[in-house]
Amino acid sequence: MTMKVLVPVKRVVDYNIKPRVAADGRGVETQGVKMSMNPFDEIALEEAIRLREKGHASSVVVVSIGPQAAQDTLRTAMAMGADQAILVRTDAALEPLAVANLLKVIVERENPGLVSMGKQAIDDDMNATGQILAAKLGWPQATFASQVKIHDGKAEVSREVDGGIEVVNVSLPAVITADLRLNEPRYASLPNIMKARKKPLETLDAESLGVDLTPRLKVVNVSEPPERQAGVIVETVDELVHKLKTEAKVL
Amino acid sequence: MTQSKIDDNAIERDEMAFDVVIVGGGPAGLSAAIHLRQKNPELSVCLLDKGSEIGAHIVSGAVIEPRALAELFPDWKERGAPLNTPVSEEKLLYLTEKRAISVPALHVLMPQMDNRGNYVISLGDFCRWLAEQAEALGVEIYPGFAAAQLHIQEGRVAGIITGDMGIDREGKHKADFTPGMILSARQTIFAEGARGSLSADVIAQYNLRDGIDPQTYGLGIKEVWEIPKEKHRPGFVQHSFGWPLDAHTYGGAFLYHFGENLVSYGFVTALDYSNPWLSPFEEMQRTKTHPAFRHHFEGGRRISYGARALSEGGLQSLPRPSFPGGVLTGDCAGFLNMPKIKGTHTAMKSGMIAADAVLAALEHDRAEAQSYQDLLRQSWLWSELHAARNIRPAFSKWGMHVGALYSGIDSMIFRGNAPWTLRHPHADNTTLKPANKAPKIAYPKPDDIITFDRTSSVFLSGISHDENQPTHLKLRNPAIWNDVNETRYASPESRYCPAGVYEADTREDGEKYLRINAQNCVHCKSCDIKDPQQNIRWCPPEGGSGPNYSSGM
Repeated sequence: MTMKVLVPVKRVVDYNIKPRVAADGRGVETQGVKMSMNPFDEIALEEAIRLREKGHASSVVVVSIGPQAAQDTLRTAMAMGADQAILVRTDAALEPLAVANLLKVIVERENPGLVSMGKQAIDDDMNATGQILAAKLGWPQATFASQVKIHDGKAEVSREVDGGIEVVNVSLPAVITADLRLNEPRYASLPNIMKARKKPLETLDAESLGVDLTPRLKVVNVSEPPERQAGVIVETVDELVHKLKTEAKVL
Repeated sequence: MTQSKIDDNAIERDEMAFDVVIVGGGPAGLSAAIHLRQKNPELSVCLLDKGSEIGAHIVSGAVIEPRALAELFPDWKERGAPLNTPVSEEKLLYLTEKRAISVPALHVLMPQMDNRGNYVISLGDFCRWLAEQAEALGVEIYPGFAAAQLHIQEGRVAGIITGDMGIDREGKHKADFTPGMILSARQTIFAEGARGSLSADVIAQYNLRDGIDPQTYGLGIKEVWEIPKEKHRPGFVQHSFGWPLDAHTYGGAFLYHFGENLVSYGFVTALDYSNPWLSPFEEMQRTKTHPAFRHHFEGGRRISYGARALSEGGLQSLPRPSFPGGVLTGDCAGFLNMPKIKGTHTAMKSGMIAADAVLAALEHDRAEAQSYQDLLRQSWLWSELHAARNIRPAFSKWGMHVGALYSGIDSMIFRGNAPWTLRHPHADNTTLKPANKAPKIAYPKPDDIITFDRTSSVFLSGISHDENQPTHLKLRNPAIWNDVNETRYASPESRYCPAGVYEADTREDGEKYLRINAQNCVHCKSCDIKDPQQNIRWCPPEGGSGPNYSSGM
């Protein structure tokens, strides 16, 4: 069976950057900050490329919803191995519901056999878009995937759950969200980056897709976590127990 | 793209041919790229940078003189160049421990320091903007790839080879091993900044330093602060000299207000200092506690940290800038104007002049862009550096007080045309005194409000560095370290490195050794410069490694 795999990728503040709360306290500063592909999306993309390399998929389409600059993320995705890209352009900050609704439009248009996406984005850590998308499409979902095997029109997915691994079978088409240990994404090599400049990138306007993008949430305040207090080294177990009882008052 | 097997290790490498390959995406490389495509839109121009994106490795004060920019883009304002804070107020302070004396009539006494008409900028943001202009003109820009080796054919530089990716700590290929690629070029422009690693190879290969003075460097360490709006004075510029350095160490602090409530603060220490106990990082930290500086930071927060070496030698230290197959531009040649404390406009201008010379060489199919030297000599860049040439060496020769007096005389009376040229007699690695013959310096502990330690500083550089790769900081001969660095100089690298890469440590058997935390490296190149026996070799790590300086740097 050959199918198309759709991989949504998000442009986020690079994981090496220490995020800084913007001066107005309404969010994190993104101006002039290095941005890159959400690491979980990179893993989801790697898995899709491997499925194509194993002959389970015919092509990999990446989609990003965001500002014009998100096309850099899409070029990176194509340099890693995606075949074509779609940019759904918007300058608005979108919530998971709106993103899932936009992705649903793209799914209906592209007709993939599988949506492979990150379990969450490292900027807002919502962990919701994949689940909402599956529900909206009426498709099965397998989240937190650490292994994916495709056979007979089904995906056998190992999921990382508390205390172990749960294996689920989902029939395709389905939504699978990737966890950290699913694979190790490849580099975008320089020759492949050069070739990726010539791969097709289509731009759509988010406003034109007939989806309600209105935010449902209001950010009240964003603040940095309090500084951690310095620790103390205790000499004996007795001293530790004593301190836990008298100072920390947790025993 | 073709496949080629000419490498010594017989690794199969992809090869791609361009008219011009440019190594380094700073002001010199980007200006060269832009100028090439402006003059000849048919030319294929490829620019590489080892940073994960353009601007990621850029550190500078920065006050920019817009002269070269106005030549490159006469309509730079309409194009939205990020020069948004004109210099509004300027001070030069001579510091004693408790007091600050403002140098009067600065524009007359030290005309080099006149910043009227200049702008306080983030050089990183400026480079990101230049990169957008370059891409719009059709330059292919590839950040995240280090040029690791020269590609030499028939005695001439014929391009570069990018670094291999996916090699583990022991030098074995990992599953994701990706060999570097040959980017061949009819001409290669080096724009790596001070002490560029391939520039060093080129200089050695073609003996470009024959008959000239050694290069002398400074180490600039910088912080960006966000301060309360009511304290912010956009365009305020303050420089200082004197305390905390002694009279024989050249250097000083800068402090600029710019952007949205941002303050750029930093300290430059000349790397020809002699006391091995000196720590440029601690000098930078303690200067902030001086009454002339402290109040700028109070109530603010530090948001970024970085460091970079700069070339201070000027004309006397300028290598022959062209060679078969390529040219040197910007600070890897050494075009910085030290008395002005500015290198951006000179880097840009050198890139533009190099582009003209490269165009001529391509047109006539010559191996060497020999007209570069003549074009340089005919330009304002040369006159400017010629007028400034005696000031920096005067400070080395006579110390701060006489040096300052001399620089006034040289500028005011001779207007830079003194009938002599002072030399730079020593390379920076030869100037240290033995540790037991130099006074120890007691630096105050950080208060974590205004002053900080290295660890929390480096944390703000956004460093990305896969630890499972070969170390990019190598001791050529590890045995030398104990006898020379440790015994004679008390491990100076553990003090001059602004990122805490080097630590003198003791093994269980009691033997001392040098621990190298290569993953902390901010790519300033000071170790490559200052190590007494030139025993430390800096080579580029895997592309995309190193700091990720954010907006403001």
